[in-house]
Amino acid sequence: MTQTTTTVTGAPAHTGSRGSRIVGILAAVGAVALLVFALVLSPADEIQGEAVRLLYLHVPAAIGMYGAVILLGVSSAMWLRRRTRGWDVLGAASAEVGLVFTGLTLMTGMLWGRPTWGVYWVWDARLTTTAMLAILLAGYLALRRVPASEESRARRAAIAGLLVVVDLPLIHYSVNWWRTLHQDATISTTDVKIDGLMLFTLFLGMVVAGLVLTWLLIHRFRLAWLEAEIEEGGLDRALAERRAEAEVSA
Amino acid sequence: MINEGYVVAGYLITFLGLGAYAAWILVRGRRLSAKVPEERRRWM
Repeated sequence: MTQTTTTVTGAPAHTGSRGSRIVGILAAVGAVALLVFALVLSPADEIQGEAVRLLYLHVPAAIGMYGAVILLGVSSAMWLRRRTRGWDVLGAASAEVGLVFTGLTLMTGMLWGRPTWGVYWVWDARLTTTAMLAILLAGYLALRRVPASEESRARRAAIAGLLVVVDLPLIHYSVNWWRTLHQDATISTTDVKIDGLMLFTLFLGMVVAGLVLTWLLIHRFRLAWLEAEIEEGGLDRALAERRAEAEVSA
Repeated sequence: MINEGYVVAGYLITFLGLGAYAAWILVRGRRLSAKVPEERRRWM
């Protein structure tokens, strides 16, 4: 049984809540179902063989990556408009979770590429722009660690966040704009190229990725909020100490 | 069945990676929560 630490006023001493627990349970159940469908129930592909099972991770990871980076763009724009800590913290959380999903997209793509294309990596437009996104997100997170006032850091981060988002349309349309080894979109609204259990498994993977993304974002947002509160508390204490020293010397 | 190794590696990396990241967030969240006053961490 999980033990919950609570304070006198009832605020939980962790980043969970009823809502996040529901999302977490749904994500865990969905992940188990995905494993069963992806590894047991769905058939191997006629051409790709067993490697097709990696697409049930790769495509959902890419969807999660898009979602997190879009949220980074929205939160960056909203910070520039409202200038409140919440939007800045949401941007930080989105970037870090986005980097995790980008890493998974690249890793599962490489593992799929080796048996399918014969190589782990090629400097193809889709792969290169996705690798660029990983570098941009890492750069965004590094920029946030540069010492500065909360206001300056948030401003820099918001501008950098908007620049990161520019890479998304490059990734998405790279397969149309350039000749690439990476295939076009497998699923579009007008032309579905896979069917049956494989399509269902892919759809299930996307739902699970959405739930996992939501759960991670909720908890990472709250963790980033706690980090900001502690940083602010430390600054307040330092200022109070300085004032006390000045009063003593005066 | 010659591609099984790649499939197993992909699923292990994904599930273990996400699990480790989620665990790090939860543990750090618990640790930092103790340092922040209750009224500043009222989650919805």
